[in-house]
Amino acid sequence: MNTFVQAMLFQAGYNVALVTVGAILLGIASGSAGTFLFLRKRALVSDAIAHATLPGVGVAFIIMVWLGGDGRSLLGLLFGSAITALIGLFIIEWIPRRTRLPEDAAIGSVLGVFFGAGIVLLTVIQTMSSGRQAGLESFLLGSTAGMLFQDAVVITIGGFLSILGIWIARRPLTIVAFDKDYAISMGYDIRKIDLLMMGLVLGVTVIGMKLVGLILIVAMLIIPAVTARFWSNRTDKVVVIAGILGGLSGYIGAVLSASAPSLPTGPIIVLIAIVLFVLSLFLAPNSGVFSTFIKHRKTKSYIHRRQGLLTIVKGKNIASSFTRKLLANEGLSGSDGLTDKGRKLVTKILIDENRWIAAKEIYPDKDMNIDYGFTPIEETLTKEELVKLDQYIKSHKFKSKTYDY
Amino acid sequence: MITEFIQFSLTPILIGILAGISCAVPGNFLILKRQALIGDAISHVVLPGIVIAFIFTGVISTIPMLLGAAGAALVAVILIEVIKRLGKIEPGAAMGVVFTGMFALGVLILEQTDTSKVHLDVEHALMGNLESLIWLKAQGWQSLFDLDVLKTLPDELFRIIFVCGFILSLTVIFWRWLKIVTFDEEYARTIGIHSSIINFSLVIITAIAAVAAFESVGSIIVIAMFICPPAAARLMTNKLGIQVIWSIVFAILAAIFGYIIAGYGPLWFGSENSVSAAGMIAVVSGIILLLTCMYGPCRESVGQTKD
Repeated sequence: MNTFVQAMLFQAGYNVALVTVGAILLGIASGSAGTFLFLRKRALVSDAIAHATLPGVGVAFIIMVWLGGDGRSLLGLLFGSAITALIGLFIIEWIPRRTRLPEDAAIGSVLGVFFGAGIVLLTVIQTMSSGRQAGLESFLLGSTAGMLFQDAVVITIGGFLSILGIWIARRPLTIVAFDKDYAISMGYDIRKIDLLMMGLVLGVTVIGMKLVGLILIVAMLIIPAVTARFWSNRTDKVVVIAGILGGLSGYIGAVLSASAPSLPTGPIIVLIAIVLFVLSLFLAPNSGVFSTFIKHRKTKSYIHRRQGLLTIVKGKNIASSFTRKLLANEGLSGSDGLTDKGRKLVTKILIDENRWIAAKEIYPDKDMNIDYGFTPIEETLTKEELVKLDQYIKSHKFKSKTYDY
Repeated sequence: MITEFIQFSLTPILIGILAGISCAVPGNFLILKRQALIGDAISHVVLPGIVIAFIFTGVISTIPMLLGAAGAALVAVILIEVIKRLGKIEPGAAMGVVFTGMFALGVLILEQTDTSKVHLDVEHALMGNLESLIWLKAQGWQSLFDLDVLKTLPDELFRIIFVCGFILSLTVIFWRWLKIVTFDEEYARTIGIHSSIINFSLVIITAIAAVAAFESVGSIIVIAMFICPPAAARLMTNKLGIQVIWSIVFAILAAIFGYIIAGYGPLWFGSENSVSAAGMIAVVSGIILLLTCMYGPCRESVGQTKD
């Protein structure tokens, strides 16, 4: 617990603090870059990019050892991984353009084949006598334990640069993600902007590899973006929220992992992101499951209450047992017909009903049947329209419906 | 030489071929239905399934692990569907959320439990152990007719034979339904085929193929084999039946050449150690796909421009 608090306050050693900052920056960068990817419905391209980094790591290691180094330079490895990821990205673009195969087949084949090639290279490296191959596997699942100081610096600077890149390119990216056709009419070159987006995603992937691992970095690109979508309908806000959620996951994950060495950084960060996702899925105020459920029940009760009371005043029997129970539970009707409370409500409902009938007459162009009886009319018409409507109802042209109750 | 080949290479090649076919055949339908990545998702969630099965039973034993993996695949498919519906999220993203989340959970549990003593780790799950499935009792071709020696074949071979046979016979039996549902769900509905049942069965078959192949060859090869052979086959023909046959041919070629290059290729370069056979099989399947992308007779869709 003590280490946990220390790590939280960036007091658990210089390296841990630096890794934590790196994880936060990476979370922000991946969350916001992933949002553009998600809104362009290309979330899983990042999975292929991430898997395509592995052969690059292997080749870079072999070349560095061949040149006489020990193959441990993180910058060199990241550079190599970016090259093969770029080749993979090019192939994903090329296959659907050149052949009749859809993009998902291209994504899957690049993912499987490049990863296979990476595994082949890892087995080659295992048999090499020179070089310090230990640690290459850490790119699969990420690891911060025993991370070198310069590696942490590379990740922190890389994360910062990615955020800067996203900030600079935010406008065209947002417009293309929001509305492709509008962006074309504004004169943007969609292919170039998509490439820019992919470039940013590639950058985030490469930087995140050491920290989260290449299998799970895709989670950091997808999950915060999907989560943020529950909290807003505006593209620019979703980008910011996703960045915050990503940064939060990175922070908590890195701190937890620093305080308990047996907790691997990558999976912890991803699981924190998953927790935030599940919370949002259920609790988000507008599109969460609970609020949707409550809204649905409210609407259902409104309709049954209204139609039930109208049926009673028309002197007919209510067929639905749900409606009968609802009216009895709310004290609107008893065994001998309407209660006082029920009568008061009926008066209101009849005003609403007459307004709807009148509205259909004076606004024949508006399709009033869509909301008729589902919502109070005040929610459909403006105040001015309502005043006009009431004047029409009072005039002799309209015959109000009245009942004895 | 022959004896050595039969002892050390015959069973891995056979298993590779059968695993490849088991994945490639359902892959044909997944690609046509634009669900190619469901194979990717399922092969990722196999790991948590196996880890949880290990925790419950405490032993590395095949049947519980296969059940755990199949259970995890089922849970993943259901979760993807639930998240898609509840959150109104596009399928790709829903898939991404589910399989990465479950994979992360699997890794975490794996690191927390004392599985280090037994041979259960993430790399093994990814790479498989094709090379270790050897048949030491074999003395030559005549061993193939010796019942006692045949009994010493690795169990994995019998299981994959069973699964491959199961998948092939289901494909043959339900061929007409599969074909109609794949190409025209509306029409299928009008003639009374429940396309949702066929679709769900396809996903289950995919999970069975992934789990069975995973046991012996690891998950990389599974992802590659679900997509590469059928995708390459799609560029060879316009007929579904011929496409399935092509995909089987490509899977067989990838398994044979992949294994031989991995096992003997390094020798030609003067190295003594072989490289990962599973990885090499995936690479060969990719090369086959690349070749068909460039030269396949049906590579372009109608009206597609050359560039």
